[in-house]
Amino acid sequence: MMAVVDPLPELASVYWRPRATDHRLVRSGRLWTLSAVAHTMPLIIAAVALGLVNPVTVPVGLALVAHAWAIPELYAARGANVVRRRPPSSGEAERVALGLLCDLVGHSSRELHGRTGLVLERGGLGTWLVGEAGALLVRPGGHRVNCYCVKVADASMPRGDRIAHLLLALRADEAGFATVANLAFSGAPWRLRRRLRQPTREALDIAVKAARKR
Amino acid sequence: MSRLIRMDQTGHTTLAEWTAGDRASEEAAVAAFRAELDQGYFAVVSQGEGHAEQVRELPLEAPVVILRRPIAGG
Repeated sequence: MMAVVDPLPELASVYWRPRATDHRLVRSGRLWTLSAVAHTMPLIIAAVALGLVNPVTVPVGLALVAHAWAIPELYAARGANVVRRRPPSSGEAERVALGLLCDLVGHSSRELHGRTGLVLERGGLGTWLVGEAGALLVRPGGHRVNCYCVKVADASMPRGDRIAHLLLALRADEAGFATVANLAFSGAPWRLRRRLRQPTREALDIAVKAARKR
Repeated sequence: MSRLIRMDQTGHTTLAEWTAGDRASEEAAVAAFRAELDQGYFAVVSQGEGHAEQVRELPLEAPVVILRRPIAGG
């Protein structure tokens, strides 16, 4: 999938972004982790220091620790939102769109979509889970997941078509797709998993398992 | 018979159908294809699981050509 013949036309709208590569994704993942540490460590250090200086300030320290815990959780919740399911549109259009989507994917992906609303796609950058308004990329090895917010501009389209739009763009130019999409979260799958709803958790587990085999 | 379909609010709409060698149906399909590209659609040919190719000219040998809208980061 990485051998691109024709880059996505949408790249013109994000001309300032460097094209996504495996190396750049590793780097952005590390920066994301560094940013999370930079946000939380000062709070933890302050909590410990306050407790050492004067035990009366322990409640304040606990509040700081709670903040340190909440910040990565909020980022993970933001990541989980990209694959949250929206209410379906009218029945007939949804049925037609689903028929087209099913023609595009294999049997196992079809079943997974039926249960979770996400389509699993193996790519050169990792294992993707494509939803109607975003996608998750589980990196090879399964230790990191990137959450991308990306969608077709027309919100009136049926869910199946919105997924098919993203799937076709991903298949045509995976690196271009990862460049056009906005990164909403990058971190450990366990952190994201806690913020996902039950059917989506199953899809993430399957994607992580697939990514570990690579 | 090949088909040119557009993903839209109805699920999808078949804009043209053609048979290889039938000049009239091919020309009608090419005209419909160009009109949609002018409207801002992008054309993709699915090549089985994991593969798709973007096209700017209608590939008359393809069984299905799909027109999609642009995507953008949210």
